[in-house]
Amino acid sequence: MTYFNEMYERDQTRPPYAGLAAWMQAMPADLRIQKQAEAEALFRRIGITFAVYGEGGDPDRLIPFDMFPRVFTHAEWAKLDRGIKQRARALNAFLTDVYGRGEIIRAGRIPANLVYQNEAYERAVCGFVPPKGVYSHIVGIDIVRTGPTDFYVLEDNCRTPSGVSYMLESREMMMRMFPDLFRETRIEPVDRYHDLLRRTLKSVAPAKCEGDPTVVILTPGHFNSAYYEHSFLADLMGVELVEGADLFVDGAFVYMRTTEGPKRVDVIYRRIDDAFLDPLCFRPDSMLGVPGLMDVYRSGGVSICSAPGAGVADDKAVYTYVPEMVRFYLGEEPILQNVPTWKCAEEGDLKHVLANLGELVVKEVHGSGGYGMLVGPKSTRDEIETFRLKILKDPSNYIAQPTLSLSTTPTFVEEGVAPRHVDLRPYCLVGERIELVPGGLTRVALREGSLVVNSSQGGGVKDTWVLAE
Amino acid sequence: MLSRTADNLYWIARYMERAETLARLLEVGARMSLLPTAQGFRNEWESILNATGQTAAFQKKYDSFAQRNIESFLFFDRDNASSIASCITAARENGRIVRTALTGQVWDALNTAFQELRQIERTPRSQLELSRLTDWTVKHTAMVRGAIDATLLRNDGYDFLNLGFAIERADATARIIDVKYYVLLPRAGVIGAGAENDQWAMLLRALNLNRAFHWAYGGDLTAAKIAHFLILNPACPRALMTCGQEISTALTHLASLYGRQTEAQTRAAALIDGLNAATPEAIFDEGLHDFLSRFIAETAGLAGAVHDSYLSGDM
Amino acid sequence: MLLLIDHLTRYRYDAPVRGVVQSHRLTPSTHDGQQVIDWQVTVSGGVAGGGFRDGAGDFVQGWSVKGPVSEIEVRVRGKVATTDLAGVLRGHRESVPVEAYLRDSKLTEPAGGLGTLAKVAEGAENRLSAAHLLSRTVTEAVTYTPGATKAHTTAAEALEAGEGVCQDHAHILCAVARANLIPARYVSGYLLADDEGKAHQAAHAWAELWIPGLGWVGFDAANACCPDARYVRLGSGLDAAEAAPIRGSARSTGSEILDVTVAVLATQQ
Repeated sequence: MTYFNEMYERDQTRPPYAGLAAWMQAMPADLRIQKQAEAEALFRRIGITFAVYGEGGDPDRLIPFDMFPRVFTHAEWAKLDRGIKQRARALNAFLTDVYGRGEIIRAGRIPANLVYQNEAYERAVCGFVPPKGVYSHIVGIDIVRTGPTDFYVLEDNCRTPSGVSYMLESREMMMRMFPDLFRETRIEPVDRYHDLLRRTLKSVAPAKCEGDPTVVILTPGHFNSAYYEHSFLADLMGVELVEGADLFVDGAFVYMRTTEGPKRVDVIYRRIDDAFLDPLCFRPDSMLGVPGLMDVYRSGGVSICSAPGAGVADDKAVYTYVPEMVRFYLGEEPILQNVPTWKCAEEGDLKHVLANLGELVVKEVHGSGGYGMLVGPKSTRDEIETFRLKILKDPSNYIAQPTLSLSTTPTFVEEGVAPRHVDLRPYCLVGERIELVPGGLTRVALREGSLVVNSSQGGGVKDTWVLAE
Repeated sequence: MLSRTADNLYWIARYMERAETLARLLEVGARMSLLPTAQGFRNEWESILNATGQTAAFQKKYDSFAQRNIESFLFFDRDNASSIASCITAARENGRIVRTALTGQVWDALNTAFQELRQIERTPRSQLELSRLTDWTVKHTAMVRGAIDATLLRNDGYDFLNLGFAIERADATARIIDVKYYVLLPRAGVIGAGAENDQWAMLLRALNLNRAFHWAYGGDLTAAKIAHFLILNPACPRALMTCGQEISTALTHLASLYGRQTEAQTRAAALIDGLNAATPEAIFDEGLHDFLSRFIAETAGLAGAVHDSYLSGDM
Repeated sequence: MLLLIDHLTRYRYDAPVRGVVQSHRLTPSTHDGQQVIDWQVTVSGGVAGGGFRDGAGDFVQGWSVKGPVSEIEVRVRGKVATTDLAGVLRGHRESVPVEAYLRDSKLTEPAGGLGTLAKVAEGAENRLSAAHLLSRTVTEAVTYTPGATKAHTTAAEALEAGEGVCQDHAHILCAVARANLIPARYVSGYLLADDEGKAHQAAHAWAELWIPGLGWVGFDAANACCPDARYVRLGSGLDAAEAAPIRGSARSTGSEILDVTVAVLATQQ
């Protein structure tokens, strides 16, 4: 298999990487090692660590940071920008629709059972339109590149996509360590992100809110692997980071417990799942949520971002219909393509998948974090056969996609610089307006040949540059 | 600020101060155990444990009051929620939770203490002198406190940290003075004997206050002078009076910041009034132990009021 | 028929609680089969919070009580005029798509003997007769025995035991209906006790099945009938937990004692 290398085309350096070629050649190995150590020390000092679920080991593990930036030209980004915003609009239109009249289903464009019987479909919010009609306020769209102009959307994240702190910290780190690079090349800044996020969240305050909306971030707590990010964002935005027990319902509103007494909360950017939001509405055993929160939400006393129920739009089976959503709601042709996907729930597709397991990537419909997936070409025969049995046991739980030839970018490795596979997760903000900072989180599969970029599976992160015009 | 954030800050301070107190107590114990004692079988270590109020918990796990056992229990034991290791770990965890309410320097100081603690725990015990452990603890508690004083914004968070330090220290100083009560109780008759003065001197040295004392009072050590110094003299950094004033300062600031008086301010005022009215003579008339027990109970009541008025979130 | 309802729920806590929050489905909505004439819900020391009509057409009302408090009383009193529509729910405004009621829930998981039981509907003439057939089968499979099951007993467990109360009948009926791809939901409400005075059934539950052409139709397998003018409908959900008239949470570490009395009377005025 051949892969598109984002820096070199045949033996030529592609223009966006021209500045980096000289930088790379001028950097002696010892300086590189010293800078890498410096970066690691800084990351550890600020406390950006990442706990990996179920792996034990060091809970203070760092996500590896690769200093070699990934670069997009202004024109490349312009297309991505339009495509991402288009998709974010369509996903929100879909959510408003399926919790309202369900026109897209009545029109026969998406099967009813896929949506209405979906675990992520919340009957509790049927008939309720959240402020500004927005369900998913932060849409993280995972994109891979396979050629000079070929981009595919791998999946959508409509609930609470994580990783944006790495986007911001990677940039901080690069500017701190290599200020010259930023003087020589004009790179679009990403540091407006937290202002835009705060503005987005405030813009969806409920109608009952009086004055300047009070925004909080709701975290499951300091044992959560993404706690650093929660506290990082709260700090940048200047809002409180709360746990469920810090909030309580009194009458028709939600309040936080402060040293000065109760303070009303208008917008909750929650980083916990629907199921844990309110033990009176969802899982009664949840200790992370706020009893009575959903009644306040439904009666317009507080906004919850992302809106409960938003998850039905980022289900991997619903994913295959996103291009259809773009056409149906926006009357446009999708700018970004989906990866061709086979749904094992459908007999014909299942047959194809089982016959071609060795070439396909098979994923759980509700899985995330790179767990429970099969990468056919990288698996042994035993692994494939074991997975075959798993699929046969519950076909509707799986989808399959061709193994994409993910692009590579130069990455610092032990021996020097070598190509490694990357993907991209930009964070699109949807409120009164729709905003996208030029950049995103580039994840890199650090193991040679690996196509799995998830940080829980040995992936690292890079700074992502969008060149100014 | 969130009540929980205030609670975390308050407990960072209490845990760090508690770790320091334990280190001081361990030092007092080590020095006392070097003294020739009247009966020759008295165990000063037991009195140290009594001062921490943890004798029962200790006896559940250890069979003798040997120094090594006491060291294990008070420094290393993670089952003991008040051991130095537990306190430093808890302070650092509290700091991690409210990381954004701290400056980088404060976090660094807390985190460094924790990381070094992990190294100490991996070091063979044979290589760890008690004095090294106590020096290490006192150094890091001072670094945290220094970072707070030098870098932190003077807002309500700073007040809650100071409240934590002062309340814990008030309680701790009272308990350390009370150690003498436990040591001397069986020999109440020999008041003013040489051994007693030796022990008072030891106490001052462990608290790092012996020079300060001599500069302030001169002449021979007497119980009255020492009681005045450790209880009533606002120039002494560990004196109950000093702690009371620091508590009062923090609470006064909070009351004006929030525009609200609470039971905590009332109790703090009562505590100070009590100290203002006291003299060394009156204290010895009441009985040192009784006076200290009353003070410890009042401090606990004040801590409860701080919790109810600010930290619990149930206002 | 004019029905008078008096429903009292008392919570007693062994230690004072710091606060209580509740979510009520305690107010019937008006539709062709029932017209609410008078209705009042009070919570001792409580503040009424957000109230709204949910997607299923049921009234939901939040309440909060500030602690410390050691006893809370929820009192419901009202008058409803009912009409016998042979179980058909007509004129009920709702927006939840019926397909959403094909999903399982914890209490109605199609485990154990439910699969076999569901098969009786195979070959039924149409969906309505399948529904009747299923309801009758559930009535026969489970003997009405108060105290035989608990609030958390699942449909499969109750079926295996062969005895239960209205909650179990409704759960089993929901499970076997969904197994036949008939959307089904659990309904809670009040029932006018018959002359034999089965007072414990005054707080009642039954199932609704979706029948094309008719819409939602109630089936009370516990009483081998369809809801008529003796029934007052309060709220619905996938199972008893979702349709519970009162869901609550107390900030406490102690335990609570629950005491419920319900009276339903027919009246002339």
